[in-house]
Amino acid sequence: MKKIFETPLYPYERPLDLDSKDDARHVVAIIGAGPVGLSMAVDLAQHGIKSVVFDDNDKVSFGSRAICFAKRTLEIADRYGFGDRLVDKGVVWNHGKVFFDERKVYDFNLLPESGHRRPAFINLQQYYYEEYLVDRARELAIDIRGKSKVTHIEQTDEEAKLLIETPDGSYGVRADWVIACDGAGSPTRSMMGLSFTGRVFEDNFLIADVVMDANFPTERWFWFDPPFNRGQSALLHKQPDSVWRIDLQLGPDVDKDEEAKPENVIPRLKAMLGDDVNFDLEWVSVYSFQCRRMEKFRHGRVFFAGDSAHQVSPFGARGANSGVQDVDNLSWKLAAFIQGHATDALLESYNDERVHGADENIINSSRSTDFITPKSEVSRIFRNAVLDLSERFEFARPLVNSGRLSVPCVYDGSRLNGVDHLEGGPHRSRPGSSCPDLPIGDGFLLDHLGGSFTLLSVNTDIPDEVDISGLRVESLQLECSDLMQERYLGAAQQAVYLIRPDQHVVARWPTYDEISLKKAVRTALGHDV
Amino acid sequence: MKSLNVKPNIDKPDDFYASLLMAHDGLSKEESEAFNARLILILANHVGDSDVLTEALRAAAR
Repeated sequence: MKKIFETPLYPYERPLDLDSKDDARHVVAIIGAGPVGLSMAVDLAQHGIKSVVFDDNDKVSFGSRAICFAKRTLEIADRYGFGDRLVDKGVVWNHGKVFFDERKVYDFNLLPESGHRRPAFINLQQYYYEEYLVDRARELAIDIRGKSKVTHIEQTDEEAKLLIETPDGSYGVRADWVIACDGAGSPTRSMMGLSFTGRVFEDNFLIADVVMDANFPTERWFWFDPPFNRGQSALLHKQPDSVWRIDLQLGPDVDKDEEAKPENVIPRLKAMLGDDVNFDLEWVSVYSFQCRRMEKFRHGRVFFAGDSAHQVSPFGARGANSGVQDVDNLSWKLAAFIQGHATDALLESYNDERVHGADENIINSSRSTDFITPKSEVSRIFRNAVLDLSERFEFARPLVNSGRLSVPCVYDGSRLNGVDHLEGGPHRSRPGSSCPDLPIGDGFLLDHLGGSFTLLSVNTDIPDEVDISGLRVESLQLECSDLMQERYLGAAQQAVYLIRPDQHVVARWPTYDEISLKKAVRTALGHDV
Repeated sequence: MKSLNVKPNIDKPDDFYASLLMAHDGLSKEESEAFNARLILILANHVGDSDVLTEALRAAAR
């Protein structure tokens, strides 16, 4: 059977632009048709903004790559219209086991909070996410150009110019805005001479996806210093289609090409899985990871999103998930600016909010890395002490860090945040946070939020709709339920929330007041008030 | 905000000190270090409060 990643999903077609005398002008040019670039195109299209997507390849990414999609990503995918496809195909997991040396020290249940449409995580090969995205992009008639490599970029105050290389020659395009979603090795970043600095970890990991019919349960198994990989770590995780993800830490100073050869990989896997387990290698990669980011994610008319802007270690599933959050953050802002509702400060807030998000991810994944791969003798002593204690004492288990799984970023302190005048309001839904989900009627709250500004009220009256300088603010008036009380009212009796198009809270009050609302909307669009 | 108690607080100081040393009897340097690490973690969990723990880290650093 041919794998999805072997089939051209956006095959090259000779573009009309090749034959035109003048360079075509686009509103938005997206570089890279990976999960981040295509999400960007879909999100913009849903806001009514057309874009063109250039990719030097014509297929989805090779191999499984990202496999853990967090709740926030699923909620964003719901907004794009393929959340159900992801969850139906994906593997939902809540249980895990932690092993140290030759013994299991404890097992855990993530016990996800109830009353949300989406689970905390699903495991799913990245190529499925990309395939569903391409399908959605097709529905929206998005112009995806395969085998179209951007070889030059320059910008003025008025526009950006790109040179595109195709199998039939090169052509130029002009664009008002460029989004560089061209991955960790971002050619755009290099062409613009921008630096990408941070922490490089001197460690290598073998990542193998194997197909096997094994009886391992749907759990995340993590080993510290196991007999089959002495002094290192290992991870086993289930994906759909009987594919299992295996991560084996290799240590520093290895020959990457040598380690990735099947004759070297297979004995390692046999030592881990046992001689009697039959498996096929689907994908193998050896890599050393890094935690780093660009100093700024916006450079004039060019925005960087996803791995091109920031990179983390894989522990915690913060790569693809944070890239999708970048898109969620940027697309409504760019759309609002293009449609004339916002100031340049709104575009600049993408940089502020997502640099904050990237730093949070980098801190979390650096800490996991320090626990998994102790850098000093004393660090190893404490790490082993935690693991020893975790077997007998529950208190030590929260200290075990094999990856802190991605949770949505809270934009505390953002200039877009308005007032928090709801006395006794829950901390979790303060301005800057993404709205917690809960069941309402036959569906869920998040089904009714996002895409536009929304005024949410509980136990109090608000107008049916509000128009603020030509921008429509939707209204959602709800009755209280126990979960609504817990997640939106806290100690208060009633509340009014203003919610951004990306489902983050702008401001909250006990009662509706038109002047306060106008002020909050203007603040959230980058205006000085 | 809670603060670190730096006044005498151990019931029987001499007994505790003797027990602490006795616990290390016969341990190699490596085993002693592992023991100390476990002990620190157990005591830190008992304290719990992050302000107090921060103050303790500072106090130990002199």
